[in-house]
Amino acid sequence: MLGNLIEAIILGVLTGGVYALMASGLTLVFGVMEIINIGQGALVILGAYLSFFLEQKFHIDLFLGLLLTMPFMFVFGLLIEILFIRPIKRDRTMFSILVTFGIALIIEGVLNLIFTANNAKLQAWYITASFKVGGFYLAYIYVFGFLLAIGLLGGLYWLIYRTKFGFSLRASMQNRTAAELIGINVERISAITFGIGIALAAAGGMVFGATNAFNAGSAYDLISRLLAIIIFGGMGSLSGALIASLGMLVVEDITAFFWDPRWATVVFFVLLVAILLFRPQGLLGKVEARKQ
Amino acid sequence: MRVFKAVGLLALLAIVITFPQVFSDPAVSGIAVFALMFAAAVTGWNIFSGYTGYIALGHATYFGLGAYAMAILCQNWHISAGYNTFLIVPLAGLVAAAFSLPLGGIALRVRRHTFIVITIAVFFIFQLLAYNLTQFTNGSIGLNLPLILDWNGFFVNYPFYYVTLAVLLLAIAISWWVRNSKFGLGLLAIRDDEDRALGLGVRTGPSKLVAFAISAFIVGMVGAIWAFYIQTIYPQTAFDATFDVALALMAFMGGLGTISGPILGALILESTQQYFTLQYGASGYYLVVYGALFLVVILLLPRGIIPTLNDRWVKYRATRLQGQPESDVVLATLPAPGSNGNGGAENVEKKEGINL
Repeated sequence: MLGNLIEAIILGVLTGGVYALMASGLTLVFGVMEIINIGQGALVILGAYLSFFLEQKFHIDLFLGLLLTMPFMFVFGLLIEILFIRPIKRDRTMFSILVTFGIALIIEGVLNLIFTANNAKLQAWYITASFKVGGFYLAYIYVFGFLLAIGLLGGLYWLIYRTKFGFSLRASMQNRTAAELIGINVERISAITFGIGIALAAAGGMVFGATNAFNAGSAYDLISRLLAIIIFGGMGSLSGALIASLGMLVVEDITAFFWDPRWATVVFFVLLVAILLFRPQGLLGKVEARKQ
Repeated sequence: MRVFKAVGLLALLAIVITFPQVFSDPAVSGIAVFALMFAAAVTGWNIFSGYTGYIALGHATYFGLGAYAMAILCQNWHISAGYNTFLIVPLAGLVAAAFSLPLGGIALRVRRHTFIVITIAVFFIFQLLAYNLTQFTNGSIGLNLPLILDWNGFFVNYPFYYVTLAVLLLAIAISWWVRNSKFGLGLLAIRDDEDRALGLGVRTGPSKLVAFAISAFIVGMVGAIWAFYIQTIYPQTAFDATFDVALALMAFMGGLGTISGPILGALILESTQQYFTLQYGASGYYLVVYGALFLVVILLLPRGIIPTLNDRWVKYRATRLQGQPESDVVLATLPAPGSNGNGGAENVEKKEGINL
């Protein structure tokens, strides 16, 4: 019984780290640009399919392949921002939801056309091989994926808190207009942030694709979880997203072990709604000022 | 002007009523049934989201609840297919509305994007419930509705067409009444500035909740008709994530918060989608076209077709009457056409486009 609990917690933390990777892009973009990227789920799946494609066609290792897919997705993100997000002039949050949903639909359609709606799964030795911890077996991919997430999140932390770009980014988060006034090119910061968010989604997508069977439709399930995570953690808060991902995934895994896997996701969402009733701004979110 | 309008509306009604007789091809009338269903659903959605500015992206919850209520009630009461079966439709709508009260109460405690996300989260909870509560919903095996035996061939679309049309007319009537009532004025005030509206004495909480329940009622009825028409419902079709966004897209395309705009958007988009599905099957093509259309509409016509056309018309009239080149000064002094004398408000509210 206790062994099961520990197993659930370990698995929850390991997968939670990967979700934190995908969610951090989403929450960062919201923090800087006040937009919600509903397309994040589809972009995660796109990242997974890119890794799938490189692995199937050119036999490139999944982790090495990230060196190709992440820059590609970064540029893709820049293009999306410049072409579709920047033209939105009023009511950015609302319209960004619609625009990014449109992008998600296109991505889903294209992926369906190229890869069909059959489930795909990534292949590598560390996905099938596992080792024994305590009383249960754990596939290497969970550990590798978690380490990748920690590494990338650490890099993100360094970028945001230790570089000049990070200072500009945080300034834009605090006050967009004031940041513009002191000479920060907020539009450029926004585009780069969006690109980073999507590059992180690609990395998360690779690990997601290695631990789950996926098709283009998996995007819906993913985006609902990611939204739940960033709302739970507080929109725009990176540490909130991290805590929320770990917490949510651990709760989900514990429910799956002790009750029923089919109810795990329900518990996840019910928990979200319950918490928002008491803290509408999420765990670490700031209370929203009145908007005119 | 008003005579023209009345005649025009009557002519439109006559066209809509005779449509299935003229185009008796079952493929065409089938598309028409779906288009009318979405027109009714989006009109219901618009009563809440269009007027209050709270964009609900989880109305598939109430669509699915209506569909499942219809299926479960028909099964428990052993109702066979016939004209009487449609009597269950309002009941299914009421079930959806009853669910919407606590759910709306929870979601409406928050605003803006948090509200949107909670509506999405609630939608996923219900989709999962539909999968998991197998004793009620039969899980992923799906539920059967009363089997249609008597209406075969091309005739099968007729009852559905007219019942859906009736629901659409009811929805339009409610929408029109809300738009012209003090209650509706309160909703618009909430959209423009909720705190100020509250300060001025609008009972914002109950108003929002009532509008939410009305929209859930209409969407639930549409779900019930849809279920009967489709004959077998599954969790993933009754609780469909694309339905959530389809409503928003249709409303945005036609003109959010107007009465005719969302209907126009629904008729255009749903017929296109049905046509594509018939031609190419439910493949990726339709998603790509749909998504691209979505982007074009939102980026090029952010206020929707009806408000944009209305502006053009006002400008055209202004230049013709005054014999002057277009100018905003002329615009501001002229009442907008067809606004029953309160056109001034329309010009003030130009940016949102709340006109009929």
